[in-house]
Amino acid sequence: MSGWRHPTLGQIDRDRHLRFTFDGEGHTGYAGDTLASALLASGTRVLGRSFKYHRPRGLWGLGGEEPNALFDVGHGGISTPNCRATLTPLRDGMDLRAVNTRKAARDPLGLLDLAQRFLPAGFYYKTFMAGGWMRWEPMIRRMAGLGRLDPSNRPSGDMPQRNARCDLLVIGAGPAGLAAARAAAGHGATVWLLDEAGAPGGTLRWRGGEIEGGPWQDFVADTVQKVEAAGGRVLTDTTLWGAFDHGLFAAWQRGARDFHWRIRAAKVVLAAGAIERPLWFANNDLPGVMSAEAALHHLVLYGAVAGRRIVLATGNDGSYPVAAALAEAGCHVTLLDAREDTPAAPEGVEVRRGVAIDAARGTRSLGAVRAGGQHIDADTALVSGGYTPSVHLHCQTGGKLDWDVDRDALIPRPGTSPLIPAGAANGTFGLNAALAEGHAAGGGMGSAPNAAGATWALAPMRPDPKGRGRVWIDPQNDVTLKDVKLAAQEGYRSVEHLKRYTTLGMATDQGRSSNFAGLAAMAALTGRTIPETGTTTYRPPFTPIPLTALGGMRRGALFNPLKRLALEPQHAALGATFGEYGGWRRPAKYSDTQAEAKGARETFGLYDASPLGKIEVIGPGAAELLDFCGYVAMSTLKPGRARYGFMLGENGVVADDGVTLRLDDNRFILSASSSHVDHVRLILEEARQDRFDPSRVFVHDVTAQWVTLSVSGPQARTALETAGMPDDVTALRHMQVVETRWTQVPLRAARVSFTGDACWELSVPARHAPGLMTVLEGAREALGGHWIGLEALMILRAEKGYILIGKDTDGITMPQDLGWGRPRERRQDEYFGRRALFTPEAMREDRRQLVGLDCDGAPLPTGAHLVPLDGPARSLGFVTSSYHSPTLNRSVALALVDAGLDRMGDTLGVFHLGQHRTARICAPCAFDPEGTRLAD
Amino acid sequence: MQIFPCPFCGPRDETEFHFAAEAGKHRPEPAPEVTDTAWSDYLYGADAPKGRAREVWVHLTCGEFLLLTRDTVTREVLDAAALPGRGEAAT
Amino acid sequence: MTRYSALALAREGLRGHRGWRPAWRKPDPKPAYDAVIIGGGGHGLATAYYLAKNHGVRRVAVLEKGWIGGGNTGRNTTVIRSNYFYPESVALYDLALRLYEGLSKELNYNVMLSQRGMLIAAHTPMQMEICARIANAMMLNGVDGSLMGPQEARARLPLLNDAPDARYQCLGGVWQGRAGIARHDAVAWGYARAASALGVDIVEGTTVTGISTTGARITGVETDRGPIACDRLGIAAAGATPGLVAPLGIRLPIHDYALQAFVSEPVKPMLDTVLLYLGTGTYVSQSDKGELVFGGGLDRVPTHGQRGNLPVQETIVSGLLEMFPAFGQLKLLRQWAGVVDVVPDSSPILGPAGPEGLFLNCGWGTGGFKAIPAGGWLLAHMLATGAHHEVSRPFDLTRFAEGRLIDEAAGSGIAH
Repeated sequence: MSGWRHPTLGQIDRDRHLRFTFDGEGHTGYAGDTLASALLASGTRVLGRSFKYHRPRGLWGLGGEEPNALFDVGHGGISTPNCRATLTPLRDGMDLRAVNTRKAARDPLGLLDLAQRFLPAGFYYKTFMAGGWMRWEPMIRRMAGLGRLDPSNRPSGDMPQRNARCDLLVIGAGPAGLAAARAAAGHGATVWLLDEAGAPGGTLRWRGGEIEGGPWQDFVADTVQKVEAAGGRVLTDTTLWGAFDHGLFAAWQRGARDFHWRIRAAKVVLAAGAIERPLWFANNDLPGVMSAEAALHHLVLYGAVAGRRIVLATGNDGSYPVAAALAEAGCHVTLLDAREDTPAAPEGVEVRRGVAIDAARGTRSLGAVRAGGQHIDADTALVSGGYTPSVHLHCQTGGKLDWDVDRDALIPRPGTSPLIPAGAANGTFGLNAALAEGHAAGGGMGSAPNAAGATWALAPMRPDPKGRGRVWIDPQNDVTLKDVKLAAQEGYRSVEHLKRYTTLGMATDQGRSSNFAGLAAMAALTGRTIPETGTTTYRPPFTPIPLTALGGMRRGALFNPLKRLALEPQHAALGATFGEYGGWRRPAKYSDTQAEAKGARETFGLYDASPLGKIEVIGPGAAELLDFCGYVAMSTLKPGRARYGFMLGENGVVADDGVTLRLDDNRFILSASSSHVDHVRLILEEARQDRFDPSRVFVHDVTAQWVTLSVSGPQARTALETAGMPDDVTALRHMQVVETRWTQVPLRAARVSFTGDACWELSVPARHAPGLMTVLEGAREALGGHWIGLEALMILRAEKGYILIGKDTDGITMPQDLGWGRPRERRQDEYFGRRALFTPEAMREDRRQLVGLDCDGAPLPTGAHLVPLDGPARSLGFVTSSYHSPTLNRSVALALVDAGLDRMGDTLGVFHLGQHRTARICAPCAFDPEGTRLAD
Repeated sequence: MQIFPCPFCGPRDETEFHFAAEAGKHRPEPAPEVTDTAWSDYLYGADAPKGRAREVWVHLTCGEFLLLTRDTVTREVLDAAALPGRGEAAT
Repeated sequence: MTRYSALALAREGLRGHRGWRPAWRKPDPKPAYDAVIIGGGGHGLATAYYLAKNHGVRRVAVLEKGWIGGGNTGRNTTVIRSNYFYPESVALYDLALRLYEGLSKELNYNVMLSQRGMLIAAHTPMQMEICARIANAMMLNGVDGSLMGPQEARARLPLLNDAPDARYQCLGGVWQGRAGIARHDAVAWGYARAASALGVDIVEGTTVTGISTTGARITGVETDRGPIACDRLGIAAAGATPGLVAPLGIRLPIHDYALQAFVSEPVKPMLDTVLLYLGTGTYVSQSDKGELVFGGGLDRVPTHGQRGNLPVQETIVSGLLEMFPAFGQLKLLRQWAGVVDVVPDSSPILGPAGPEGLFLNCGWGTGGFKAIPAGGWLLAHMLATGAHHEVSRPFDLTRFAEGRLIDEAAGSGIAH
């Protein structure tokens, strides 16, 4: 127990007590606390366990860099895993559980640490091979992982994704970001100023300072006012997590409701600050060793004091205000500065110069340090190994880095990224310098906002490869200096190999405070400089972001939105059960599929064929275009007539089939399978624009504008007469089409059939569909017809051997495989896919061809394979469609079979999931092969 | 999200566009005079240049095909133009 | 080569791990080799290993411009499977799977093959029919495959969206028990270490700038570290292959696209199989470390840049959450993209091309990791014998002119 709550400091609401538990023990915090500050102030030291050795872990940092304090947070009956204590606001009644352990304070797996010498980096590559990895994996998996998923916690998919544009996007609302935003807003620019923290100010919020002779708060408030007055916005609790192509940035805003922002800006300033580096001494992972910056942050913002007897080890000027503040708060502070030349000792602080910590001492938390050969009792060791600029977004946009000796950091190389770095993100440490750089980045004229304070001096601090003891580089993943040494020794010297072999920087803090040390150690071990050693690639996200931010509202009905029928309510009223077919929600059946299929053959059936694609091809060049794009020539089709045809890909494979209607010399309607409409339209458009004179032909997809209801069956004509259809409709013969009017409504009627019965397709503009449906329904009631769903239609078309592209064909099926070899043999003109029909493979006689199957008993399973009756089992093809035909009272099936046409009449085996049957190959058409029912 | 300029509609999100082919391909015809190799090169052969590429794309929402010149590594769009003979009709 | 074992680890543990030697040597390139392989990814390293091991060809160099395993070998979602439709594909991918099954022992390097099984899940009756078609094809091709029903699928995947109004109810699908995942880096490092021990030179940081020929024959390669002579050259350089062979007048049917992969923060075990969901196109597994590893379709725009784009990320993540609403608790930890070499039929190109002595292993698209042992085995066979292996022959480049494509997506409705 060492952290404590200062009686007055902090911006918490001391009147609002919030109760919470951590690992089952009760605690109290205040409104305004984070989980981290509440626990720090409560004196709780061990907040977690490390990933590999289950070593005790305490609070290290602030914001997104915290590697250790991760909790499963229960609240409101559900829990959420891996919440970062530094970023999660405390709420009353929260139940916090340390991840990856039963109890952070007492973890029996901590005994693993005793075996650490046998578990170096990559030990698992060298063992767990006996008996196979699967023997060991369940145990390893149980020990790995951090928090626990709560199966009952199913966050709703309703996070709005919003788009925004602005003149200037400023990433980070610290001094540099504020100065940039202020300068730009002063010119009237629309500025979006974003910060990950809950309030603007950045380090000013805990480091304080005077700007333009006044308190920093005034500067912030005035800047916010200027930004908003110019039409900009200041978003806090907002993490800008990714930079993407063409200037797109993505940000996650937290609040009562979260938002995901996609932002484009004319100009972007990167003022994301810097992250404090740790120091590297033996047992530097003990709870109680903490970032000096974080200690000040928690002290000033929350009144949470890290300890009472504090050693602060540093090599830079930035730590002096930390020491001063802690001493003033009542702590006993000893400041160890690795440098000889230091600023003056703050009041109440003992400064020892030229001294660094050699080792931390303690078992479960810090008790003392050894420094410069001396033993110093301390409950807390604050450390500062310098600062690493947050250059992630610069690098995400392709920016390069340069090593800057004076700033002791990799900083953005000018001109390599569209982002303008400013302040600590650019290695510029110190308030006045940051303000100046921000001001310039924001396009500010004249003098920058002025503040006291020189740029910090700093001495480079590095892990000592010869250091003794266990020195942690990555505290969450338990990567020590020895592991880096081992990686170097075994040849994993590229930074990427180092990362992958040791898991350095792959923890949930994404190596914020560890990557630099790993890089520096590898450089020292291999005799290279830091730039020579290189960095790993920076990729989004900058901070882990919830998957719900990316998922947005695209869930359920909004995930691949379905196309809906204009008459869906009417079908629903008729009792239809709906299904999803080719992206459309359509009636699957109304009552009983078999009864519908039988009834349609006996009297007549009605179905909604609206999803069938309708593409108008208009103009004097229409016939020519269709001839080129289609496999079956359409220029010879007479007006008022219809013809069945195919569209191929240039690879010769059947892309779609359908009927083309010729309405007059220069006007066609091409029908396309409901899921292939867009593809067919593109084939036509490409040829139209690339090959023909586009002013002579026009292609227009009118699928959605028309509703089509089909009337099919022996009593179809009677039904139409009963429904009051005009004579020119009822008089139509098979494959004729007419444009007419029904009452005053434009009506297109076509005698085309997907059922094998006489069938009229009646198309009216969508707004007239309910009227058409009403009269047809009246006829149905009067005559005893049937509404049929897609399932019954599938039976009817399969009885006739009519194919469904993509079901009865696959991605190698050519028209000759479907019995449509004649255009290929006869046509002399060029058409789409022509050449591919004559490759050696296309010329083979034993291609996989469409056939029917005749079998006894239950329908064959679709997906079953045809196999030879004798000899080794091998696939000769497969069943593509199979149904029980209520009209024929037997099974009907279609199949694609190798050399199927040569096998007519043969009996083959049928294999399905280990079961064997037999079937006879027959013609695809099982019902009315002469087509007499169509002729009516 | 990349932004491609449609010569007819202006800048639009990449999701509205569909890659059609590398530019400069000429369909070998007539079929009987085209060898298997020439046909497969037309159909499948690609330069897939690293860097500057000229490609035919279609803007799905307006249905117009266009010539896009862009850098396949940096993803910078260098130029967008209507197919030859099409630009005049649009202006 | 120090043998890896628990005993060796214990021994080294007691003496501070001072005895471990570099996993692979870091030689300078020699002026000449019997065979040179361009590309130090899994396929190239496996090729070198099998050349030395199976064929006794040990004067071999693998030339890698960056660090080994840094391309798609180290950028994939580590799924290994042979649940394919066409016999040619099954022969190829099951050869790989069988080699994977013995790989840790063969290489004395734990590649952590976890054969936890994979489900290709369907959500419509038509997709279930396609799944039956694949399962039957697998059985007839002698591979373990079965059709799993909805109850068993739900039992194995208890977190699947089971809301009554869920858009994509899982009806079951194709199950392959031998499928699973492996540690991708370990595959590259394991092959490198074993090949190096057999005398293969693995030369990192060396860029091939040209291929030298007499016109009819390969004579060597030009590199940024000087020329290297050889009369047999294997290229296993994925998306870089077209650029390497273009000066020889060889044009390949390859387009390059970015394929993204995603990793969540780690959690305790809660997903025990690999899942590909046909309804959403998203696939997912949980790594041994506890992270969800997932991905989906290609990015839309052909590219050579190893960066992902936001719209596809949104599609893939929303697909994942549609399948598993509880995953909405998780955070995205990492995301990356690999450049994949996509061929019209999504099957690889294996075989000779252009001058005598040149053999290609490319065009794996999104499916290369699972095939590494087979890709290496077959390219080694071709380099050693100068002729196709029976498993590689159908994948010869000539299939495009002959119209003999091996298109899994076309045959089964399910892409790689």
